[in-house]
Parts: sequence; C-alpha cells; structure tokens
Amino acid sequence: MTSGLSFDIAHLLAGGLVLISFMMLYQDRLYALLNVYAFHALVLALSVSWQAWIQDAPHLYVTAAIALVFKALIIPAALHRIIARLGIRRQVEQVVGAGLTMLAGMGLVALSVVLMLRLTRSVETYAQEDLAFALAVILLGLLIMVTRRNAVSQVVGFMSLENGLILAAAGARGMPLVVEISVAFSVLIALIVIGVFLFRIRERFDTVDVAALDEFRGEKQ
Amino acid sequence: MTLPFDPVTGVVIVPAVAALVLALTPGYRLGARLNVGASLLTFLLSAALLVVPGGAGDYLLVDELNIVFILLNSFVGLTAASFSASYIAHEIEIKRLTPANLRFYHAMYQMMMFGMNLALASNNIGLMWVAVELATLSTVMMVGLYRTPEALEAAWKYFILGSVGIALALFGTILVYLAAQPVLGEGRDAMLWTRLIAGAADFDPMILNLAFVFLLLGYGTKVGLAPLHAWLPDAHAEGPTPISAVLSGLLLNVALYAVLRFKILMTANPDTLAPGPLMVAMGLVSLIFAALMLYRRRDIKRMFAYSSIEHMGIIVFAFGIGGPLANFAALLHMVMHSLTKSAIFFAVGHVAQIKGTQKTAMIRGLTHSHPVLGWALVIAVLAIAGLPPFGVFMSEFLVVTSTFAQAPLLALLFVAGLLLAFGALVMRLTEVAFGAPTQDVAPLKASLKPLYAHMALVLVAGLYLPGPMVSWFQAVARLLG
Repeated sequence: MTSGLSFDIAHLLAGGLVLISFMMLYQDRLYALLNVYAFHALVLALSVSWQAWIQDAPHLYVTAAIALVFKALIIPAALHRIIARLGIRRQVEQVVGAGLTMLAGMGLVALSVVLMLRLTRSVETYAQEDLAFALAVILLGLLIMVTRRNAVSQVVGFMSLENGLILAAAGARGMPLVVEISVAFSVLIALIVIGVFLFRIRERFDTVDVAALDEFRGEKQ
Repeated sequence: MTLPFDPVTGVVIVPAVAALVLALTPGYRLGARLNVGASLLTFLLSAALLVVPGGAGDYLLVDELNIVFILLNSFVGLTAASFSASYIAHEIEIKRLTPANLRFYHAMYQMMMFGMNLALASNNIGLMWVAVELATLSTVMMVGLYRTPEALEAAWKYFILGSVGIALALFGTILVYLAAQPVLGEGRDAMLWTRLIAGAADFDPMILNLAFVFLLLGYGTKVGLAPLHAWLPDAHAEGPTPISAVLSGLLLNVALYAVLRFKILMTANPDTLAPGPLMVAMGLVSLIFAALMLYRRRDIKRMFAYSSIEHMGIIVFAFGIGGPLANFAALLHMVMHSLTKSAIFFAVGHVAQIKGTQKTAMIRGLTHSHPVLGWALVIAVLAIAGLPPFGVFMSEFLVVTSTFAQAPLLALLFVAGLLLAFGALVMRLTEVAFGAPTQDVAPLKASLKPLYAHMALVLVAGLYLPGPMVSWFQAVARLLG
C-alpha cells in the first residue's frame, strides 16, 4: 500500500499544514485568523483520512471526522460568535513584528526537520517525515501563543498545536484508538474551560487582552 | 491474603462515582461530609493494596513503586478533605463563595482525585497522559473558583502553561510508542508499561533520548521545575487553601511519578543517554532559584509555593544523582515534603481566615494571639526548613551524604541552596510568629486535627523508621536504578 504516490500525497498534506501554520503567524485580524485556523483543521482532516486509507486503519476516520466537524466547523463558528459579541473584531496585538516572527518560525521548522530526520532513522521514512512536520506544526503553535497577547488568538495557537499532535499520532502506525479519542476529548474539555474563562474575563475587565490581566498579578502591591 | 474485590479498581472507581454523586448533591454541608466519606473509602482501599499481591492488567498496574504514591495520595486526599470541610464553612459565612460554587468544588475535588489515582495506577502510557490532563483541568477550575481578577489570572496562566506542558508530554509519549512499535508490534502492547520495560533493551536509543527530553520538559512543567515553574506560585496563592495543600502535596508528585517511570524505561536500555545529569541540572537550578526567590515574598501562600519548587528541586536532584541511597532519600523526602507542606498549608489556611489577608506584613505575633496554631505553624515551618528531629532533616541529610560520595562539588552547591532557603524561611517565620500581634477579623473555629496527624507522622519518621518500611523503600530504590 505504501507506493510512491500515496507517500507523496501524505507528504503534501502534512507539508500543507506547516504552510498554513505559517499563514497563521502573520494574520493580524481575529476573523482572518479564525478562517485560517478552520482551513488548518480541514487540511488536518484530509491528512488523517489519507493516513487511515493507506494504513488501512478505519478508526482513524473517526479522528478525521472529529477534526472536520468539531475543529473546522463548530469551534471557529463559536469563536466567531464570541468575538462578535465581545466586539473585539479588530484587536490582534502582536508582541513581535510579523517579519521577525516569520524568521523565528523558519528557524523552528529547520530545527524540527534536522532533529527528526537525524534522530529517528529506525522509524520507516514515512512516519519519520510525518513526525518532522508534526513537530514543526507544534513549535509554530507555541510561537503563535507567545507572540500574541489576545486571549482568543492564544487559544487558536493552542488549537493549532493540538492539530500537530494529532498529525503525529495519526502518522504513528497502529497507535491505539484510545489516544486519538482522548486527544479530541481533551480539546473539547479545554474549549469548555476556555469558553468559561473568556466570558469571565470579559465580565471583569471589558477586554480579553491578556496584558490587562497582568495588572492584577496577586503580588503587585 | 485475597479480598472479594480488586482494591486498585476501587481506588480509581470510588472517586469517579463520588464526583458524579457530589455534582448532584444539593447542600454544601452534606457535600462536604460526602467528600470526606468518599476520601476515607478511597484511603481504606489504598491501604488494602498493602496486603494484596500486586499485578498488572491491560489497564491498571500495582507494583512497589506506585503503592507508595497511591497510599500517600489517598492519605493526604483524606486529610485535605476533612480540612476543607471545616475551612469552607467560613468562606460561605463571609460570602466569598456561594453554595453552588461549593457543589462544583466538591465534585471537582473528587474528579481531581480520580485523575491522580488513575495516573498513578495506569499501566498504559496513553491512559496515564489522559489522567494527568484530567487532574490538571480539574485543578484549573478550582484555582479560578473565587472569580477574583487575581484568581482568573492565576487560572489562565496555569491553564496555558499546563496545556503546553501536557502537549509536549504527549509528543514524548508518541515517540516512546514509535520506539517500541518495531519491537513489540503495532497496537496496545507497545503502550503497556510492563511490556515496555521488558522490551526496552531493544528499542532505538536515539528515539528514546528524544522522547525523554520532551517528557521531562512536559511533565517537568507540572512538577514545577525552574524555568517552567511560572504557573505554580500564582495557582497556589489564588486558589482555595485546601487546593494549595493538594497541589503541593499531591499533584506535583503525580507528575514526578510520570518522570520517574520514563526514567526507569531509559535506564532499562543500555545505549541511551543517562537521564541523571539532566535531572540533576534541573533540580539544582530549581532549588537555588527558589531559595533566592523566597527572600522577596510578601504573600504567605506564595512563599510556601516557592518552598514547594525548592523541595521538588531537591527531590529531582536526588533522583538524578541515583544509586540506592540517593533514590531512597529522594523517596523519603517526597513523602516527608508532601506531609509537611500540606500541614503548613492547613495552618496557613486558618491564619489567612483569622487575619482576613495573606500579606505577611499584616500577620504578626501569631504565637501570642493564637498559641496553639502559632506554635504548630512554627514547628511545621522548622520541619520543612530541615531541622532535626523531623523526617525532612533525615532525608536531606541522606541526600547530602550520598551526593558527597559521588560528586562533592555538586553537594556544595546543593548545601548552599538548602542554607539559603533555610535563612529565608526562618527570617519570615520570626516576623509572622513573634512580635506584637495584629488585629483579628474572625475567631479561630476550625479543627487542627489533620495538621496534628501530619506532623505526628513526620516526627515519628524523623525519629524512627520501621524496619518493613525501610526494606520496602530500599526495594523501590533498587527498582529506580
């Protein structure tokens, strides 16, 4: 089943995810960021279903379906509504400029490729490249989280990071279903938590800018 | 001896059922009592593990290592639940919490116990990861319970840093699976502890190395190792005090347990990088950093949170040094720290309620105004600072001697860290405990029994460790290599 073409397609999809993570790095409007995230989740769903097809692992279709319905549709829609209700459409404050962030992102991708291709020689080439891309997506997700100050965009960064994890788990041949479902489940819980937090934060501060929270560090006197 | 039921399953199931029941229980007094009852039942079941032979199934595992953790977990879970029952009545009186908050709080308390016990008892690395995640999320909810700006800030920070940590840990877990898969085959076998340990010698050492780095960073965030500790002081200071006690006494241990399990896996493979030096470095940095930070604390709960970072540093350092003696000392120190630190938080909880503040500047002369509580706090703080005749002294002494035997230079740095922390704690303690008392805003009503129970155990362990316990700890120390 692992012919050249199927490998190329898996490669293309995983590489696409890295590219979309890059696109998220420089979005400076919340709605645009959400749309790019939805696209990210869509490509993840395609990638996971492709893995399900070539590995002949039907349980992965469930993971793909969760990515498609939950992450590409429901969550972006819900976040859209939250943003509209809070009236923060135009706020995305970046701590660092876009150019510098992109440079840092390129460094991270290079790092993950070098690290993975050197260290994981015993794994089949297939999973190896998948892992390299997955690590790149995870690191880019972290980068999004640290370069944003707005709570909503930090959450989006975190979700793109989770997408990277699912890409890695789907690429690991025969990894038990328990894990994939639990990952999706934890995302669900995480979102409930986040939803609660966002509304509470709004109630107290009239902003979801996390920098405003820093004013309330318990220790400042 | 055989029992008609399986105690491990009980240890996991009881808190899960209790969480559901508590979520449906109206009335906070009944809820508090049920919470204590469920914790007592869990503790009895975990005590039954001592007499039942261990074993490993597809999901759960009992061996000498995790019995120590499970027993400690259920014991402190029980005492913290009974402390919380007397603590929260006051929070209702002063209207900091509503009965609806408390219903949620009790359900989350048992949910957290479920997560921690499942993480400790699971035989599957994926399941363990899910359980740690569950325990973390339920504590995030409780840290944010007061809904003050400070509490929300603390919970948000904890949530974000904790999620990043847990994400790195999952990536490490996937890498371990990939290392095991060529040897053990696809599917569940390659995620079972018992199979992993048996086959570890044939795994690809490079992948294991990489996995361990991710796992140490990921679970290390939860242990509170510097420089990944930023969430810990805020979460301790802003949540309800029973949760501070449980965080310091238990959740940090659960994350540490995960690190230890993977350390065993690393040592089972002869070609991997030695995990020791990494752990020694992180432990030492945490110890010295936290000791320095202790000097500038003005919030009493925040101060003891830094002290927890310091002690987790000591424990990780000692496990990193390795060898039978250092491992023994580290295990003993872990137990002693859990008992003493949660006792301190019990005392601090009462103090904060009496004085209506957590600022050390507003708390003075406790031994004059409240002799029993004040002296109990003095004794507990001296115990955690490492004075004899308490158990913490003995374990720290063992760590120092075993380190001197292996790496004298490291031992010097380590002792310097200990002395720094000692100085800071004693300095703050004299301010808080002696001098002219400050105004009280509420009378002391709560019971001090959980505090006495913990301190009695720590004192007994410092004076005399029973033979069977010593040989048991030695067996675990050998297991850790």
